[in-house]
Amino acid sequence: MKDMFQAIWNYRHFIFSSIRNDLRSRFARSKLGALWMILQPLAQVAIYSLVLSRIMAAKLPGIDSPYAYSIYLLAGMQAWSLFNEIVTRSLTVFVENGSMLKKIVFPRVCLPIITVGSALVNNVFLFGVMIVVFALLGHFPAAALLWMPLLMFTTAAFSLGLGLLLGVLNVFIRDVAQFMMVVMQLWFWLTPVVYMASIVPVRLHALMQLNPMYWIVSGYQETLVYGRNPDFAGLASVTVVAIVLLALSLLLFRKAAPDMVDVL
Amino acid sequence: MSGVVLQVENVGKSFREYGSEWRRFGSWFGKHSSKIKEHWVLRNISFVVREGEAVGIVGQNGAGKSTLLKIITGTLGATEGNVRARGRIAAILELGMGFNQDLTGRQNVEHSAGLMGFSRSEIQRLVPEIEAFAEVGEYFDEPMRTYSSGMQMRVAFSLATASRPDVLIVDEALSVGDAYFIHKCFKRIREFREQGTTLLIVSHDKSAVQSLCDRAVMIDKGRLVADGTPQQVLDLYNALIAEKENSTVRQSQVAEGAATVSGTGEAVVDKIWLEDGNGKPIEYVGVGDQAQLVIRITAKSDLHKLVVGYMIRDRLGQAIFGTNTFYTEQVIESVTCGDSYELRASFAMNLGVGTYSVSVALSSTESHLVDNYEWRDLALIFTVANTQRAPFVGMAWMPPKVTLCAIHSEDIRGMG
Repeated sequence: MKDMFQAIWNYRHFIFSSIRNDLRSRFARSKLGALWMILQPLAQVAIYSLVLSRIMAAKLPGIDSPYAYSIYLLAGMQAWSLFNEIVTRSLTVFVENGSMLKKIVFPRVCLPIITVGSALVNNVFLFGVMIVVFALLGHFPAAALLWMPLLMFTTAAFSLGLGLLLGVLNVFIRDVAQFMMVVMQLWFWLTPVVYMASIVPVRLHALMQLNPMYWIVSGYQETLVYGRNPDFAGLASVTVVAIVLLALSLLLFRKAAPDMVDVL
Repeated sequence: MSGVVLQVENVGKSFREYGSEWRRFGSWFGKHSSKIKEHWVLRNISFVVREGEAVGIVGQNGAGKSTLLKIITGTLGATEGNVRARGRIAAILELGMGFNQDLTGRQNVEHSAGLMGFSRSEIQRLVPEIEAFAEVGEYFDEPMRTYSSGMQMRVAFSLATASRPDVLIVDEALSVGDAYFIHKCFKRIREFREQGTTLLIVSHDKSAVQSLCDRAVMIDKGRLVADGTPQQVLDLYNALIAEKENSTVRQSQVAEGAATVSGTGEAVVDKIWLEDGNGKPIEYVGVGDQAQLVIRITAKSDLHKLVVGYMIRDRLGQAIFGTNTFYTEQVIESVTCGDSYELRASFAMNLGVGTYSVSVALSSTESHLVDNYEWRDLALIFTVANTQRAPFVGMAWMPPKVTLCAIHSEDIRGMG
């Protein structure tokens, strides 16, 4: 374990430059470059707002803004896009870097760290844009800013734990990534991002609360939309789940590492 | 000179077939299954390399050389045995790995140097040296996708050898690129060696092994079959190739990605191969044996004139022999789109032992600079091996008739 952290520390410059290059290469070819990372979720929010605002706005008590639903959507998307990016990229991170793993000796654990790092950078950009949009809509969730680091950290830890676990398995069974693409779509609709938890029948609430993303997304919504504190008990249990997943994925990663290059 | 730098002890590598991936997952957690099939690609490999030594590793394709190298560099784990190495190992087989085509040469170099484990201050010190050695000029600050493959190789080699390693692994990668730079590479490799770097050279190129190495090992079917002087080991290797040549017929293959093609594409080379005197496709040609170079061409548009030329080059890219159908007065006139032609050039392979490449030019005149339909470098690669003739050195086969007799003093007197 200590060796791993030492290796990460020694390769910190490589990790930083990988994250920077990741952004750079996105800018290199397309005119809007990394802006697409932000425009995509924003466009999605705009579409949902357009389609669903009439139906949903009435279900949002507690905020006086004609744009309440858009604000609600943005808050949820902020959480979901981070989760989605880390999970989908971790899934394929070893397969995509297969030729590098086969030919160059370097701490393999750098790869998921780079993935999380660059997803976090993107997410911070998105957050900045969201704050600007909020301001334009006349919404200033100042207190929420204090909660963001904690929320983002929890989200990243949970996403990495899950993504790394599945990413290692995906090296051996490539169907894992394909299957997860479908699961992620379903998962999105099982999480109250587009709709409110309150419209779900009460008898299903216990079931809904088994979803770690429910606690994360509602944490974002509580702080960013309503200016309230997030549910600590819920977030704490997500953190425990994240730690268990991370420990499991590290164990699996260590066991699988010698076999990994053989099948890449 | 006597310190052991690299110790390979009873190394074996098997790729396991688990039948089901679940069985593989089970094996990580100590659950053994009898259904696992083991496929050994290397077994019982042991040798020791001392400081400053240069060891050649020879063997046919698929013998297990690259697996062994991966185990030595550490990207692949050994199934049994172990490798102990002292100091930093650099491998030129990493050439160009991880280069991002959208980033500039400089950015790629900085990034990849980090990947090789250099600290930021070391990188800052090394980058100007790398830039100077690569000699790609202003391209160094242009995106990599604008580079030719030769330029990428220049940057990659300069990076791989930026700092003198304790062990340098040189492989086939060095056979691509322009002659000038290859000479520069070998100069640097020799300098490293004088300063104490240990070399491991993997090559089919016998003259490189012979001129650089003071020892060679040969791997065949995953086993170490010879360890001795380069001459001894190469003789054995030659015998092995000859055996293979007699027993199997293989369509000649060109190393993928190595060929460079330019031109308008109005006429293209469909296929090129080498045949022996009996019309059998071959990859290896014996010194002095009859050979036939066959080139198939198709016109992709109507052409006023079509001239076919070929050039045989040595491994350094130097022209050995070239001619074209303008010189042989066989210019094809008024070609219709879709027409195909086959050129057969028969000649005796009067060349020395080594690997050679064939470049093909399709144009309208004797110079490819006027209408260059297609210019294809490294269109074909073949090996000339000495299996039948008495040993000789050099680039050309000039079989002499040698007479030798003793001269007696009486004869001389008698002549006077």
